[in-house]
Amino acid sequence: MNPIRKVLRAGFELIERPFDRLFGPALNPVAQLGALGFFFFWIVAVSGIYLFIFFDTGIERAYQSVEYISRDQWFHAGVMRSFHRYASDLMVVMVLVHLLREFAYDHYRGVRWFSWFTGLPIIWLLYVSGITGYWLVWDKLAQFVALVSSELLDWLPIFGEPIARNFIATGTLTSRFFSLMVFMHVAVPLFLLFIMWVHILRISRPKVNPPRMLALMSLAALLAVSIWKPALSQGPADLARVPNGIGLDWFYLPLYPLTELWGNGSVWAFLTAFSLMIALMPWLPPLRRARAAEVDLEHCNGCARCAEDCPYEAIKMVRRTDDLPFPTEAEVNPSLCVSCGICVGSCPSSTPFRRTEELKTGIDLPEYSLRQLRERVMDVASGLSGPGRVLVLACEHGGAAGRIGDTVVMPCVAMAPPSLIDFILSRDLADGVVVAGCAESACYNRLGVQWTEQRFAAERDPYLRARVPRERIATVWASALAASKAEAEIVEFAARVAAMPPKRLRSPLPVSSTVPTPKALQTERGTT
Amino acid sequence: MKALRWIGQFVVIAALFAGVAALSDWPRYSQIPKDAGVVMLSFVHGADRKGECRRLTPEEIAKLPPNMRRVQDCPRGRRAVYVELDVDGRSAYRADLPPTGIAGDGPSRVYQRFVLPAGRHDVAVRMRDSARADGFDHESRKSVELMPDQMLVIDYRPENGSFIFR
Ligand code: HEM
Ligand code: SF4
Ligand code: SF4
Repeated sequence: MNPIRKVLRAGFELIERPFDRLFGPALNPVAQLGALGFFFFWIVAVSGIYLFIFFDTGIERAYQSVEYISRDQWFHAGVMRSFHRYASDLMVVMVLVHLLREFAYDHYRGVRWFSWFTGLPIIWLLYVSGITGYWLVWDKLAQFVALVSSELLDWLPIFGEPIARNFIATGTLTSRFFSLMVFMHVAVPLFLLFIMWVHILRISRPKVNPPRMLALMSLAALLAVSIWKPALSQGPADLARVPNGIGLDWFYLPLYPLTELWGNGSVWAFLTAFSLMIALMPWLPPLRRARAAEVDLEHCNGCARCAEDCPYEAIKMVRRTDDLPFPTEAEVNPSLCVSCGICVGSCPSSTPFRRTEELKTGIDLPEYSLRQLRERVMDVASGLSGPGRVLVLACEHGGAAGRIGDTVVMPCVAMAPPSLIDFILSRDLADGVVVAGCAESACYNRLGVQWTEQRFAAERDPYLRARVPRERIATVWASALAASKAEAEIVEFAARVAAMPPKRLRSPLPVSSTVPTPKALQTERGTT
Repeated sequence: MKALRWIGQFVVIAALFAGVAALSDWPRYSQIPKDAGVVMLSFVHGADRKGECRRLTPEEIAKLPPNMRRVQDCPRGRRAVYVELDVDGRSAYRADLPPTGIAGDGPSRVYQRFVLPAGRHDVAVRMRDSARADGFDHESRKSVELMPDQMLVIDYRPENGSFIFR
């Protein structure tokens, strides 16, 4: 692992695990960053519309109207102003942590480049939105922002007349530029929203709304902070004086002091280098990608479960192209597929009980097929011995990925169809099965942990059959850096299994002697 | 127990938000030291054209396409403006300001900031915008009382050909 990523990941572990304990994995804000970003955006939008009712868009009276909002109407419009400012600041914080986290967990390369790449315009638009917003107050801070921004822009050989001259006392204070800022402060956030929408186009079931409890608590906290520390102006702009000793918003304006320190050219160079780096990162170096999942029409009945479960929107249901009597079939878009195998785990044709020369299923990974998975399981199982034989099915991104001997590693634990666990226990290949994936709030494939839990709880197709003894199954959710935690849980489970009375082996499922057709499968599905 | 957990969650969120709110206008930032002011030399002014204009002969005018006929042929490019600023008798700035525009026919511009301690200063500004080799076309000298944080702008007004301090 790249050392920067390793450090970052350790940092996230350090924050995320205690948060997991306090909030529970479902409510953990660190796992809800994208959703919180959308949530804060809506708060900023609504409070912004509210403020606009009271705001005077002319440069002469803008300051007075904002003072009226914060002083005379503090109990509603003033609070809205604080909401507007602090939710905007929180968006910056969210973007920064979100970006670092997606980097730390390697969620930005391969087919995932798209979300990363569209994050770059989001950063720019967010900053332009915030900077134009500070401009509108036309207080001392606004004057500083106007001066430094226009000096920065003047450095570029674009404008004929230096814009900065609008903001020094040349006797010709023009409202031309101010009106442009008012317009930009409305138009740019709208465009930002559009790019935010594009950002999640390729993500299936993106979390765009935080859980209600988290949203309510965030609103309450915003209200508390707004009353404790209302957002205020810093005295009217005075072009005959240097805006000195002002309170800077360090989230939106950290580079502004640097223009003084480094010079405008260096700040532009920094911005260019940063943008280039972000834009190129998904290919530095590119992710080695296994071959995409492939559909085997003979075993596909068009049930669409794989398309439902794929976290990358890589599967579409299309009109049937062969003569089997189903209306649709699955079709994989190889440029979106990361070969996580989750679809293999959701396909009803994925039943290791099938005794066929070549175990086949509806959708399979060419480089790690269901047949290979079953072979590895049988192989590893044959090496288990003693009381409490425990077999570990591990995700290659999780805490148990490095184990050897009793462990079968796969791209995601949700690749294992629930029937594989039934198979292991009912064929007495082991006395207990551990399913070990990533940390619950940080699944590498986003939805693998969730699907696994829902399948085991019989809430999501394909169910883990009721006959499978639940006490002989353990799920361990631990990140790659928490290998010792995973180990401890596995050892504890093995001890528990060893103390259990021997399994009462029920008659194993009747083994179909011929390759079942999807038709036969369809009827079988009703009984599972 | 559940209520206690909720309170804990709320406290953590509120503390994070409070930290963010605090950093939204703190720590303070000063562009210039205390008890200092700024003299800003800034103007936009085009120097004379590089050469003399020449009257075209009637034949030459007749040869031009009808929509482009004119009586004079002027070279487009402008000279650079040469400017000097002295503060308290010492040179603070001198520069040749090249014309802007791709054809070099746009006005020259200057935007320079000088941070000075507050107090009385003797400020002199001189500019040459014609073909002359030495000497100046416009000059101004003032003794100014610079207040802390004051931004004194020295501008040039082409309308009346003089510098203004404000
Ligand atoms: C306003 C700012 C942003 C918002 C609201 C936002 C929102 C989201 C959301 C909702 C998701 C889906 C998360 C999930 O359901 O698991 C997501 C994923 C992602 N975002 Fe952002 N994002 C923002 C900015 C950024 C930036 C600046 C970057 C990086 C340059 C970025 C990179 C990513 C990546 C790499 C993913 C993961 C895609 C995947 O898992 O396949 N985002 N974002
Ligand atoms: S392997 Fe994963 S990404 Fe590819 S189609 Fe299947 S579920 Fe989607
Ligand atoms: S889950 Fe299997 S059977 Fe269902 S549509 Fe996908 S490939 Fe076909």
